[in-house]
Amino acid sequence: MNFRALFQPKTMAVIGVSLQNDQHPANVIFRKNHLRYPVKAFAVNPKGGSLQGETVFKKISNIPEKVDLAVIAARAEHAPDILSECIASGVGGAAVISGGFAEIGRNDLQETLVSMARKADFPFIGPNCLGIYAPSIVDSFFLPSERMVRPDQGNVAIVSQSGGILVDHMLKFKEEGIGLSLGVSIGNKAMIREIDLLKYLEKDPGTKVIAFYVEGFAKGEGRDFVLAAARCPKPVIVIKSGKSPGGSRAVSSHTASLAGDYKVFSQVLAQMGVVEAGDELELISFCEALSCYQTPIEGKIGIITGSGGHGAMAVDGCAAHGLLVPSLTTREQERIREDLSRSIKAIASLGNPIDLTGSAVDEDFISTARHLTTIPEIDCVLMLLLPYLPGITSDLGARLSSIYQKAGKALIAYVPHVEKFRMLIEGFELNGVPVSHSIEAAVLMAEALRRCQPC
Amino acid sequence: MLKKEIATVLDTSKSNGWVLEPDAKSILRSYGIAVPRFTWAANPEEALQFVRERGFPVVAKVVSPKILHKSDVGGVVTGIDNDEWLNDTFQAFSQMEGFAGMLVEEMVSGMELMIGAKMDEQFGPVILFGMGGTEVEIYKDTVLRMAPLKEQDVPSMIKNLKAHRLLEGYRGSKPVNREALTRALLSFSDLVMDIHEFIESIDLNPVLCSPEQCMVADARIMLIGR
Repeated sequence: MNFRALFQPKTMAVIGVSLQNDQHPANVIFRKNHLRYPVKAFAVNPKGGSLQGETVFKKISNIPEKVDLAVIAARAEHAPDILSECIASGVGGAAVISGGFAEIGRNDLQETLVSMARKADFPFIGPNCLGIYAPSIVDSFFLPSERMVRPDQGNVAIVSQSGGILVDHMLKFKEEGIGLSLGVSIGNKAMIREIDLLKYLEKDPGTKVIAFYVEGFAKGEGRDFVLAAARCPKPVIVIKSGKSPGGSRAVSSHTASLAGDYKVFSQVLAQMGVVEAGDELELISFCEALSCYQTPIEGKIGIITGSGGHGAMAVDGCAAHGLLVPSLTTREQERIREDLSRSIKAIASLGNPIDLTGSAVDEDFISTARHLTTIPEIDCVLMLLLPYLPGITSDLGARLSSIYQKAGKALIAYVPHVEKFRMLIEGFELNGVPVSHSIEAAVLMAEALRRCQPC
Repeated sequence: MLKKEIATVLDTSKSNGWVLEPDAKSILRSYGIAVPRFTWAANPEEALQFVRERGFPVVAKVVSPKILHKSDVGGVVTGIDNDEWLNDTFQAFSQMEGFAGMLVEEMVSGMELMIGAKMDEQFGPVILFGMGGTEVEIYKDTVLRMAPLKEQDVPSMIKNLKAHRLLEGYRGSKPVNREALTRALLSFSDLVMDIHEFIESIDLNPVLCSPEQCMVADARIMLIGR
């Protein structure tokens, strides 16, 4: 199956626009693509007429150009006819937004779509979904543009069974400065499922990290998915809902009782090197860290800060996640101390965590960070910065980033996410260093790098 | 045992829903998984014949398609060390529902581990490994892996147990035989991959591991469509 027409369409048809109700989902989709995206959008309604001065086509076959993507937002019972017309007209693929299929018991209607599409090798997303959000290319979400929070274009793709979860995470991506390559809401995943998108995204040059929100897999589907994920050279992150056991099934053996559905899910993912996010904070932190670094670490953490309390909290966080914070040798500490400014030379504590104190200046952070790049016992550095300290400037982010890029070691920063520190944060983020909004999230970022390998 | 013979055992056990322990142990043995020497005695003479060849002490277990949880009904007697006790045990078992003979086997000792398998709806056959014994569901110190296992899975399975230090030699005790344990897990994985269409779950519990060997002391193979 070729997904190019779905995710990189040059032309699209929005089927089911209303001539009376401008708030109709199809109208919203048509309007936003027509006005805001490079894709050429055509509106379709059997009654014809015009919408916002544009022709409404009675049939897909009347559209004068070859249509790449059809967005079907008509009532469910019309979907089979529409799909067959799409296939007959040589459309490249479809997103079936409409609900009213398997989720309400109309498996028959859904099966009709699937068997038609399979026969014609015609890819379709959905039904019962938001469809596709390809930054700067196309957006099939029926959410008015002014209501959406759009993350910047980037290298993380999200595939979600739930449209709501996808939109919510796009908002959080924006907040945290994580860039999105593609967002797909697969809804009932009647034809295109997680594994199909995994295989597509594995080859997509714009995607470096692939994240999934999964409610469940069909019989045997989990097996195929994790085997494909294990082969995929890009980090794969999964967040699962429905972890609590459903009902009390009588179990006849210890194994059946000890190997509950979620326990199997979680441990098999870890076995295959798929990074499971336990909650939303983990998902966001993992996406951000892995979008910057795709090489696993062992998890030997160096911590640099200007506050003893931050260092101690980070050590606790590392310990809770099984990350090591190795002590530095006296000799290493002496080398670091030599380069510190006079005002802190005597008071900085350098054992790891390294507390440069509130009197440290940019140069102290830079020289210390540089030393840590040369110490093999450390494979990742957490830089916990408190920008209200008088010696720290907004340039520090960009300067530290360039040192770590050259050294090829992972650097993770913590900077409080408030507007006045934005330049410091962007100094890191725009140079490929993840910045967390809390100490806990910084630790989770390091955890992600350790987890993206088979356990 | 040949594949065909295993298929026959599984097929004849189907109506019962699970495989009788002597049959289960024969299947395991045919995959190179160590089990204690045993006999399936149809009468007291056969039981006595076994101890004459192998010696005391022995364990006796009731064999009955009606009795899945043998110890719950007094169907397991350990440490039998004379003819009279062995004979009395046989007589007592013969009164139990569905009596189909007595399993007599040599006593083995070691750390109680557990190896299991389950057919998972989403992931197919999975292997469970952990601390065994009757308290498995209290401590729940187990790890799961999707089958088939690879040799390099075994060290991480052991490492991921909370009690892994016990297996590696703790406070002067010798470590369990890592090679025998690895072989048992990998052979079990082979068995599971061969018969997974027929099974719902398997418990090998306890698997008794010592510095010398790993032996499956009890085996329960639950079949699908029970």
